Amino acid sequence: MSEAVVVIKSIEDTNAYSRTIRFDWDVPARPGQFLMVWAPGMEEIPLSLSSVDDEKSVTFKIIGDDTRFLGSLKAGDRIRVRGPYGNGYDLSAERILVVGGGIGIAPILPVLRAKKVDAVFAARDSKEVAYADPIGGELCGQYWICTDDGSMGEHCNAVQMTEKVLDANEYDMVIACGPEVMLFFLLKMLNSRNMKCQMSLERHMKCGAGICGACMMDSHRVCKDGPVFTGEQISQMKDFGRGGRDATGTFVSFR
Amino acid sequence: MLIIIRGVSQVMGRLSVGIGPVRLERPGMVASGIMDETGDSMVRMLRAGAGAVVSKSVGSVAKPGHANPNFTEVYGGCVNAMGLPNPGIEAFAEEMRVAVAEGPIVGSVYGASPEEFADLAGRMEDYGAVAVELNLSCPHAKGYGIELGTDPKIVSGIVSAVKAAVKVPVWVKLTPNTHILTDIAKAAESAGADAIVAINTLKAMVIVPEFAKPLLSNKVCGLSGKGIKPVGVRAVWDLYKAVDIPIVGVGGIEDHRDALEYIMAGASAFQVGTGVLTRGVDVFDQINKGLESFMDEFGYSDIRSMVGVANE
Repeated sequence: MSEAVVVIKSIEDTNAYSRTIRFDWDVPARPGQFLMVWAPGMEEIPLSLSSVDDEKSVTFKIIGDDTRFLGSLKAGDRIRVRGPYGNGYDLSAERILVVGGGIGIAPILPVLRAKKVDAVFAARDSKEVAYADPIGGELCGQYWICTDDGSMGEHCNAVQMTEKVLDANEYDMVIACGPEVMLFFLLKMLNSRNMKCQMSLERHMKCGAGICGACMMDSHRVCKDGPVFTGEQISQMKDFGRGGRDATGTFVSFR
Repeated sequence: MLIIIRGVSQVMGRLSVGIGPVRLERPGMVASGIMDETGDSMVRMLRAGAGAVVSKSVGSVAKPGHANPNFTEVYGGCVNAMGLPNPGIEAFAEEMRVAVAEGPIVGSVYGASPEEFADLAGRMEDYGAVAVELNLSCPHAKGYGIELGTDPKIVSGIVSAVKAAVKVPVWVKLTPNTHILTDIAKAAESAGADAIVAINTLKAMVIVPEFAKPLLSNKVCGLSGKGIKPVGVRAVWDLYKAVDIPIVGVGGIEDHRDALEYIMAGASAFQVGTGVLTRGVDVFDQINKGLESFMDEFGYSDIRSMVGVANE
């Protein structure tokens, strides 16, 4: 773990809902790892790295006060970062299919830069996914785009798209990042085909470093034992797809 | 296998320790606030080699704690101002149900009055805690912890109330942020406390120069980790001379030699917190193995035979 106050080199819209902040920080990081990011005026939040090179980036959806504040910062402003935390993806499999859903597309971009593999980019509409099109052309073997409303690519969800791709191609491993409801049904489908996978999970985090126990899923610390878990591990988690802990540690059901 | 003696004598292993009537098969416990907010997490720590887990400090009602940032690593350890987040004693029943089925759990509680402490301790006893630990030392929660735990009269009142309410042993966790530590410990002992746990974190602060502001939302925080070990060892050394009840040592223990410093200063058992961060969940297993090798090499029969030997 390292920590630094870094200068924002650039901050720009990634798509209609998200922004990307770039900064120089020459700390080694792996695809799938995350940083804890803070500036005065916001609460510290965990953000996945969307670039793990010496020029790093974080990409975040504007969903609340903290992301709105972070998104309002300008080039030249400073943020305090600590990390990188978490295990990251295991990229040793031969034939990998990457599946990114919505804001979950950003954290899998470092996977594509590390290894030219195939990818599914899924989103609710073209405004959310259009930016991935040129990236797919540059970084992927083959890639497929789908949207919930059919405004770009195939008119279907991430699970349906992935199933079609698996029908037509051979893979050893699926790597997925996206909303838990997507991951839940994706895992079901992958398990029914005996397809191995790794998925990046999210829970309310405090320390980010594996000591406080705020982000437990069953007996796993999402921040330290994860955020990437294997399909075998996730299949055993009773909290997966069911609910998580709030800031008090109280279990809250998703539905 | 866990062994808690309730008036029954037991055959004990080399690593086993007694903190008064509480017998643990392994000498190291997970300190309060460390991976102990959920039942599953406490079970995991017991399976990883901890002799017991001290629960998250639980209060009467759910509390979210301080806003992030409330933690960062620093040279020599880390600082935190979590602010006593917990789901409240009612909801904690389910976590305890899961945890006590696996092994010994010490129920940590915090309150603002003797009555509140007594009520919470009683609930922890009902949940199956083998002992209760009174948090009189959290340095970053207004109206709680250190604000009560640095006044011998208040400590005495709280301990008396809890002792009257529960049958399980009552442990008192004290702060090093005082010049009258031994007076406070004596007050706790006179009021009937069964053990002293020392130390909690040292009051601290981190400032970010670029922002000209404290880093943590609560500003004041507590320093833990290897950097505070000599402070803790000295505290246990002083306490060992001041009181006759058992002492549980805590503060910066990461390996068996750290644990031995506390034991030889006078601790009957020890707790590990930040070591879980720096060494990983298997820190207990490593320490247990190290203690066994050490006892072999230096001819100690068991942990008990090393308690306080540095004072002799």
